[in-house]
Amino acid sequence: MIPAAFDYAAPGSLPEAVELLRRHGEEAKVIAGGQSLIPAMRFRLARPGVLVDIQRIPGLDFLAEEEGVLRIGPLVRHAEMEASPLIRDRYPLLAETASVVADPLVRNLGTVAGSLVHADPAGDWGAALLAARARVVLTGPGGERELALEDFLVDTFTTAISPDEILTEIRVPAPAPRSGGAYLKIERKVGDFATAAVGVQVAFDADGRCTAAGVGLCAVGPTSLRAREAEAFLAGKRFEPEVLERAGELAAAASSPVADTRGSEAYKRDMVRILTVRALARAAERALAA
Amino acid sequence: MKRELTLTINGQPYTGVVEPRRLLVHFIREEAGLTGTHVGCDTTSCGACTVLLDGRPVKSCTLFAVQAEGHAVTTVEGLAREGELHPLQQAFWEQHGLQCGYCTPGMLMTGAALLERRPDPGEEEIRRAISGNLCRCTGYQNIVRAIQEAARAMRGAAEPVSAGQGAAGAASAARGGMVP
Repeated sequence: MIPAAFDYAAPGSLPEAVELLRRHGEEAKVIAGGQSLIPAMRFRLARPGVLVDIQRIPGLDFLAEEEGVLRIGPLVRHAEMEASPLIRDRYPLLAETASVVADPLVRNLGTVAGSLVHADPAGDWGAALLAARARVVLTGPGGERELALEDFLVDTFTTAISPDEILTEIRVPAPAPRSGGAYLKIERKVGDFATAAVGVQVAFDADGRCTAAGVGLCAVGPTSLRAREAEAFLAGKRFEPEVLERAGELAAAASSPVADTRGSEAYKRDMVRILTVRALARAAERALAA
Repeated sequence: MKRELTLTINGQPYTGVVEPRRLLVHFIREEAGLTGTHVGCDTTSCGACTVLLDGRPVKSCTLFAVQAEGHAVTTVEGLAREGELHPLQQAFWEQHGLQCGYCTPGMLMTGAALLERRPDPGEEEIRRAISGNLCRCTGYQNIVRAIQEAARAMRGAAEPVSAGQGAAGAASAARGGMVP
C-alpha cells in the first residue's frame, strides 16, 4: 500500500522545524522513527500534506540523568533504551518496557517520544511512563511548556499537543532509594498489540512500608490508564500477599477493556489483576533487594 | 514534488529522483534494481524487507527513501563477497534454513546483524533477535541452527587457524570479519 502524496522537509534545527509546523498547521505532521505514522499513512488513516522529519536535527538523542531527572530526548529509539546501561541499572521498569515494544526491527527505528505522541492506548510507553510519573516538554513558537503525562494523554490517538508543537523531552523522576519497577505484558506473539500490560513503580521507607506507588495500564481503556485507587491503597502498606491481591482487584476495577480477538472483557480485566499482583511483587523484590 | 536523493547501498552510491512517499524497499528494488529484498506483508509485520541501515536491521517497507538519504544501506546482495557466500548464507544452505525462501533475505540480514554484535549468541537470544521476521515454512528450527552454525564458523575464522582445520578453515577465515 502506497501512502498519499506529501511534501517532505528535513529541517536542521528545532526553531526551523517549529516554524514549518506553524506555517503548515494541521496539514503537517512530525516524523521521527515513523514506525506508527508510516503504517497509518499506508492504510490512509493519516494523510498529512507535509512531513517534517526531525531526524536530521542534531542533539535530540540525549539520554541522561541530571539533577534527579532522567531526560529522554525525542530521537531516543526503543532499542537505545533497551541497550542503555543507565536504563538497565537504574530503571528496570523502563528497561523491561523497551524490550517488549513491537519487535526488534521496529525498535531499531521507533522512538519513545513518537510512541507517546501517537497515543495508542495499546502503546507500552504510555502505561510505563504513567507509572513512572513522567512529564513531557512541548516546544512551540511561544517556547516550551511542561505537562504531566496524564494531562498530555487525552484520548485514543489524541494528546494535548498543538499542531505547531514538538515533544522535545520526556522527564522521569530518578528512582528514590529502596524503589523498584516492573513491566509485564501479555501478547499473543511478538509484535502484536498487547492483550493487556501493567507497569508499576514503587518506593518504600526503611521499615518496608510503601511511600509511593505508580500503576499504569496498557490496552485496557481509551488511553493508557493510571490505576489511582490501587496507587492510593498501596501507600503506607507493606506488600503482604493480601495487600497485593487487593491492589490487583482495584487495578482491574480501574480498567475498561473492550472484547476483541485477543480476549473477552472479563478475561482482560482478570489479566490486569494478575499482572498487577505479579508486577508489584517483582518491583518490591527489586526495591528491597539492596 | 519529486526529489533527487543519493544513498549508499552495499557500498555503492545510488541516485534516484523519487517522490517523498517512495518507500525505501521500492527504491531498493526499482530504482537500484536490487530485487533480493522482498516485499512481504507491507504492514510492518513480517520482516521480509529487512535491510541494514547503518548496520542495524530495519523494515525497509516502513521507512521513506528520503529518510535514508546519505545513509548506508546493506541488502542481501551485499553479503556474499567475490562469489563466496557469507558464512551465514552457507549455513542456511547446509542446515536447510529455508523452504520457500521468501523470508530468507530478511532472516539473513537480521542474523548477520546479530552475529556482528554478538559473535556467540545463545538459542534464546537468536530467537529473540529474529522475532520480527516471520517464516511460515520451517518452524524456525533450522533457521536457529543455521545461525548457530554460522556463529561457530565465524568464531572459528576469527581465531588463528590450527593445522587440523585445513583449507576449509582458511576459506572461512578469509570470509570472516566481512559482515557489512
